[in-house]
Amino acid sequence: MADIAFLLLIFFLVTTSIETDVGLNRLLSPIDTSPPLPYKDKNILLVRVNNNNEILVDNDLVDITDLRKITIAFLDNGGAAPDSGYYCDYCQGERSVSSSENPNKSVISLSSDRETSYAAFITIQNELVGAYNQLRNRESLKLYGVKYTDMESEYMSPQTSKVKKANLKKKMKIIQQRYPQKLSEAEIK
Amino acid sequence: MSKFAKKKSGELPAVSTASLPDIVFMLLFFFMTVTVMKDSTVKVQNTLPNASEIKKLEKKDRVITIYVGAPTQEYQSTFGSEPKIQLNDKFASPSEVGDFILMERAKKAQELQNVLTTSLKVDKDANMGLISDIKQELRKVNALKVNYTTYEGDAFNNIN
Repeated sequence: MADIAFLLLIFFLVTTSIETDVGLNRLLSPIDTSPPLPYKDKNILLVRVNNNNEILVDNDLVDITDLRKITIAFLDNGGAAPDSGYYCDYCQGERSVSSSENPNKSVISLSSDRETSYAAFITIQNELVGAYNQLRNRESLKLYGVKYTDMESEYMSPQTSKVKKANLKKKMKIIQQRYPQKLSEAEIK
Repeated sequence: MSKFAKKKSGELPAVSTASLPDIVFMLLFFFMTVTVMKDSTVKVQNTLPNASEIKKLEKKDRVITIYVGAPTQEYQSTFGSEPKIQLNDKFASPSEVGDFILMERAKKAQELQNVLTTSLKVDKDANMGLISDIKQELRKVNALKVNYTTYEGDAFNNIN
């Protein structure tokens, strides 16, 4: 009996693997020939990683540990005037006129060189997504008392019931509208 | 005296192995539930980078996997040591990625074909040129949902 069970056990040990199934989800932009939408320069945060894995934000060299802070400051700036129609009443940033007007209008453009290492690219992606998550968590805690990331993992989990999912989706939509993830990965020229 | 003699006699009884099958079966069921069948052998070095802001890829049937990395030792003599793309069981060039995705998509059930995610399992030491080529191919076949598969950990460990 034990021999047969051992045999089966060893068979399963050899033919199966414990999968790593976590990662950063991204949506690529479709190939589109229409001219790009006009964005003001101040609403775009240019993040560039060069061949030496150095990070340039708007052409200034920055350290990777500061990237999240810089991104949050940019997204949360809310520089539009209160009567302009784009005023961001939930932003807590500096409201500087030279930075982004509204989180809805802000875009982060991430570009890399051919020789950039994948590890550096992932680290930067992680920091940028982290910045969005931090802002979304803040809003979510304020409105619903739960973290956005917790709502998201509950929504994704197969154990959650349909009614609950619909409810979660509604809440997540509101948060997503406050801080939409406009993160584009530019092509390498 | 006879009392002491009595105790000394008699060997230590052997440990009963009657419960051994139960224990082994328990282990067997544990492995059967937590692991999945390997669909292909990975022929490339595949140390994924770390990231902390991760999401789970819940449904296995909606995932297409592409491996990228330098060929392992046994394949290096034939395929060199530069990072390569592995589709299913063979090495491929970036231009074959589009066809591969279309083929894999056709194999899936009709209702899943629009919700497929491409999981990119890329080695840490690969560079972005190859990834960018893959992304271009994915965009051409409209496979826009991508997951950069990573390990869970501190992202700053990647750059040392």
